[in-house]
Amino acid sequence: MAALRVLADVQKLVLTWQQSTIRSRWCCLSFVQYSTAHDPNEKTFDKILIANRGEIACRVIKTCRKMGIKTVAVHSDVDSASVHVKMADEAVCVGPAPTSKSYLNMDAIMDAIKHTGAQAVHPGYGFLSENKEFARRLAAESVTFIGPDTHAIQAMGDKIESKLLAKNAKVNTIPGFDGVVKDADEAVRIAREIGYPVMIKASAGGGGKGMRIAWDDEETREGFRFSAQEAASSFGDDRLLIEKFIDNPRHIEIQVLADKHGNALWLNERECSIQRRNQKVVEEAPSTFLDPETRRAMGEQAVALAKAVKYSSAGTVEFLVDSKKNFFFLEMNTRLQVEHPITECITGLDLVQEMIRVAKGYSLKHKQADISINGWAIECRVYAEDPYKSFGLPSIGRLSQYQEPHLLPGVRVDSGIQEGSDISIFYDPMISKLVTHGRDRTEALKRMEDALDNYVIRGVTHNIPLLHEIITHPLFVKGDITTKFLPEVYPDGFKGHTLSQEEQNELIGTAASIYVALQRRSHRFLSNTRVPIAKNDVNSWDLSVQLDGKSYSVQVSRINDTFSVEIDGTTLNVSSEWNLSSSLLSVSFGDAQKTIQCLSRDAAGNLSIQFMGTVYKLQVLTSHAAELSKYMPEKVEEDTSSILRSPMPGTVVTVSVKPGDMVSEGQEICVIEAMKMQNSMTAAKTAKVKSLHVKPGETVGEGDLLVQLE
Amino acid sequence: MAAVRSVSRFLAAVKGPGSVWGPRVLPRAYSVSHLSVPERIEKKRREALLGGGEQRIEAQHRRGKLTARERISLLLDPGSFAEYDMFVEHRCSDFGMEEDRNKYPGDSVVTGQGRINGRLVYVFSQDFTVFGGSLSGAHAQKICKIMDQAVMVGAPVIGLNDSGGARIQEGVESLAGYADIFLRNVLSSGVVPQISLIMGPCAGGAVYSPALTDFTFMVKDTSYLFITGPDVVKSVTNEDVTQEDLGGAKTHTALSGVAHRAFENDIDALLNLREFFNFLPLSNKDPAPVRECQDPSDRLVPGLDTVVPMETTKAYDMLDIIHSIIDEREFFEIMPNYAKNIVVGFARMNGRTVGIVGNQPKVASGCLDINSSVKGARFVRFCDAFNIPIITFVDVPGFLPGTAQEYGGIIRHGAKLLFAFAEATVPKITVITRKAYGGAYDVMSSKHLRGDVNYAWPTAEVAVMGAKGAVQIIFRGKQNQAEAEEEYVEKFANPFPAAVRGFVDDIIQPSTTRMRICRDLEVLASKQVVNPWKKHANIPL
Repeated sequence: MAALRVLADVQKLVLTWQQSTIRSRWCCLSFVQYSTAHDPNEKTFDKILIANRGEIACRVIKTCRKMGIKTVAVHSDVDSASVHVKMADEAVCVGPAPTSKSYLNMDAIMDAIKHTGAQAVHPGYGFLSENKEFARRLAAESVTFIGPDTHAIQAMGDKIESKLLAKNAKVNTIPGFDGVVKDADEAVRIAREIGYPVMIKASAGGGGKGMRIAWDDEETREGFRFSAQEAASSFGDDRLLIEKFIDNPRHIEIQVLADKHGNALWLNERECSIQRRNQKVVEEAPSTFLDPETRRAMGEQAVALAKAVKYSSAGTVEFLVDSKKNFFFLEMNTRLQVEHPITECITGLDLVQEMIRVAKGYSLKHKQADISINGWAIECRVYAEDPYKSFGLPSIGRLSQYQEPHLLPGVRVDSGIQEGSDISIFYDPMISKLVTHGRDRTEALKRMEDALDNYVIRGVTHNIPLLHEIITHPLFVKGDITTKFLPEVYPDGFKGHTLSQEEQNELIGTAASIYVALQRRSHRFLSNTRVPIAKNDVNSWDLSVQLDGKSYSVQVSRINDTFSVEIDGTTLNVSSEWNLSSSLLSVSFGDAQKTIQCLSRDAAGNLSIQFMGTVYKLQVLTSHAAELSKYMPEKVEEDTSSILRSPMPGTVVTVSVKPGDMVSEGQEICVIEAMKMQNSMTAAKTAKVKSLHVKPGETVGEGDLLVQLE
Repeated sequence: MAAVRSVSRFLAAVKGPGSVWGPRVLPRAYSVSHLSVPERIEKKRREALLGGGEQRIEAQHRRGKLTARERISLLLDPGSFAEYDMFVEHRCSDFGMEEDRNKYPGDSVVTGQGRINGRLVYVFSQDFTVFGGSLSGAHAQKICKIMDQAVMVGAPVIGLNDSGGARIQEGVESLAGYADIFLRNVLSSGVVPQISLIMGPCAGGAVYSPALTDFTFMVKDTSYLFITGPDVVKSVTNEDVTQEDLGGAKTHTALSGVAHRAFENDIDALLNLREFFNFLPLSNKDPAPVRECQDPSDRLVPGLDTVVPMETTKAYDMLDIIHSIIDEREFFEIMPNYAKNIVVGFARMNGRTVGIVGNQPKVASGCLDINSSVKGARFVRFCDAFNIPIITFVDVPGFLPGTAQEYGGIIRHGAKLLFAFAEATVPKITVITRKAYGGAYDVMSSKHLRGDVNYAWPTAEVAVMGAKGAVQIIFRGKQNQAEAEEEYVEKFANPFPAAVRGFVDDIIQPSTTRMRICRDLEVLASKQVVNPWKKHANIPL
């Protein structure tokens, strides 16, 4: 016995040793993602303030550290213990939680710059990154803005002006483009002129936020109403944009890098077609769709545009590409993009470093001929949101357990949170950017699958089930995607992974094995004073496993750590270490191996298991208990059609009904804003409003009762 | 051996009428003399296994309930049940009860001993199919027999209650039976753990047996506990109330605090009971059990360093702390829906059972009031009686003020928790996570009440009261209250005043809490403290 324990200790030692070598190997590997080889003779800034939070602040700090630059973090009061604050050399609180009072509070940030003596500011993305006023104020104080100059920000920040500029620079633009909109009637008139379908969005809005598509007059009016509201609340700028909507498009963007000496490079493309509600979810570089000619044509047009606006720093020119590889200019983002890591992976450049160098006035070290494509990189945006609701409605909470898969080969995780962090209602619910890099797409995809399986996130609902499904979907694997991938592949909404017969057996076998491992463990008392009478070491079990309302009779027999599981005549060997305290279980089914996560378990045999990304609920009972369960009374489910609950945490913007009102099915009851998204809550049936439980301006939590119908 | 065999036969029997026994004939009016002794034994066993007969078993199932024997078969390890008194019959001779057709071998309760995960336990399971599970003299005698033996050998007693009440035909004999059980409940209290699982009606005097046991669990929708039923309530107080509202699981787990937890159905309840049993020592002479553990005792919990919010007025969930510190997040919470401002329950640290007590800042700021004091006190006393170390997490702003509390006797009830902590001689480890204000600081397993190891997190504030209130008193009438408040915060709103006096043993990094507690428990495993001799203490009841 003692000898055995010693042996176990030795094994543990060996394991730790192996892990540590993996770690050190990883340290080398991490340089493969991008190189911050820094010329020590090249004088740079002494201190940079990062006017951002979360992962991008951490990302910038990492490069600053490598370049020997001191960093200043700014933060809101709720962020005072966050990772970016801990990583920075100095930190300044710039206000309370709401972004308008902290991260968008220019006065406080200017004070922080003065106070800390930072010579330059990196704005990250979002917040003040494309704010010309901020860039101007910095210039007035002789503080360097790490990004393009005010002129470029202004020109490209305005959707209308940027299109004109693009046209002049001979960049392909979208047909049917028109101007500013005053009211709903004008919106309809413009839309008719262009011809449906049209797209409506706030002129000042970046990315796809607030973008709405209208197929008829009525939808145009609705789109106008929402976009106008969002434009006013998010950007303080009422202007809207309506343009021809291109069917079956791909969203492919070109990363450009320019200096202040008239040099500009294109760093290949990023394919960002996988989007939900016009927000990117999965990105990859390069694109499976582009041939070298198209790539060069797009790259050259992007560079032409950059030169036309005397662009300096890193920027992104977004294109829509149709099925015939015609491409149209969409917009130019005058900042570091969220998805920049995949470009860093395939080019080996550190974009943050390049931005800092350019801002300091150095010319680019590279020529266009130096830029190659090394392997394939994929990025998944891991969000705290529920993918089963409209492909992702925000969720909040505390990360009770959090473990990134960064020890796996070729994996890069850009995050600004850690175990114990709160995902709050105030900020973007992104948990991290999970990036994998491989020699080719197949390897990058396989690594992504492993990374998703090994990613432990507990305490908030996250979108790993959806990400896992996307990257393993046959259409995606083939590269056959458009921006409508999600609504087309999942027309009835995302429902999780569909198990094949073999996978289902593996899942059931795993559940049965975990149950047996738990049962065996519950006998193992170290302080028993009595000699067991019955033979504890049972080696076979008759079980019943419930999955999706069906029950399967399962026989388990044990040989050491391997369970031989018979499910309806099929036998499966399931082996693992069965470490019941570990968040991750590596389970082998014969030759196949899968990493699964047991998220919860209870005394009544209920297990929830994350298997192939999706969480399944199972119940394992002895066949005797399962036989008796037929007598158990059925619990009556709450009738959900007469109550409306908030699907996510947020703020109530408007309430359009009062008690006693008759509402028809689908009628809007109230609008809830969460993370800058306005969501219309509608009645599930035609009925009279019985009671109203919220007022405009109130904050609501997920599952809070909004309205009760009769 | 015979009993073991009987179980296996029973298992065969419950599979349905088509089993080895063939269609059941009920020759109640037989003359025994025609049968040989082995045949009579066999016959009696067969009858005993069927309790009140197939029709009543079906009726029991239709109510969503399992039979007494089915329940035992789920609660105990397969094949481990050894039944006692299968041949006992009631002795009533009034109202036609003496007739053969009114006699059921074993009467209305199944008793015996068996194992749960290999550990010895005594069980009685009332059989609702026989005279509605009513308590006869014989029924009581069977229960008393196993209770006596349980105390003698030092093993817990689990009662599965499903009984309509007293056997009216037996009159005072039935009442005497109840009293016999009550006496044993009282005498065994603190000697062996006693657990009641209410799985059907339990009314009138019968309720006092569960009330005297250490833990009372209920099954949702199918179990009731009340002194008098809705009809009597209506006639006496003219109140209209349903059985469920008067004494259902929800009422007793959330409102009255009579029951410690409720489960979805019979199977859920029995399987949970098995899990719960694993936390308990078998008797007051046994140490807290240690189960094999794969969760490293030196595991760091980085999330704890940020769990306490910066703003002292902001709430957080004490369960987050508890779950991340204990083994494998396995926490068996006691009374989760009652007096939620205090959290109590069982967990393991490095495999060893511990009792956890924690103020819950999420509910009523974690203050102590009447209900939370009583809830905490009873739990602490159970742990102390059964050698279970107590780990206390403190974030308490004080006792809840107000007339409701004062009139309700918060002084008397608050004293119970103070008494329980002070009296306890098991290892006591205390972690002050944030506020430890006023008298509540003293109460919550402070150093002064013989806390063995008392830690403070850097966020701890040990003081007589919060800064605002304190400044108003100290600097009454003075102008610059804000400045005074700042000074007070600087002086007292931190762990140093307590640490310099040795009232906390160390100020620890929250992420190391699990490691520290596991180490301390190992050291304290050999703790020996004996209170002065007394007949018994006089806790302010």
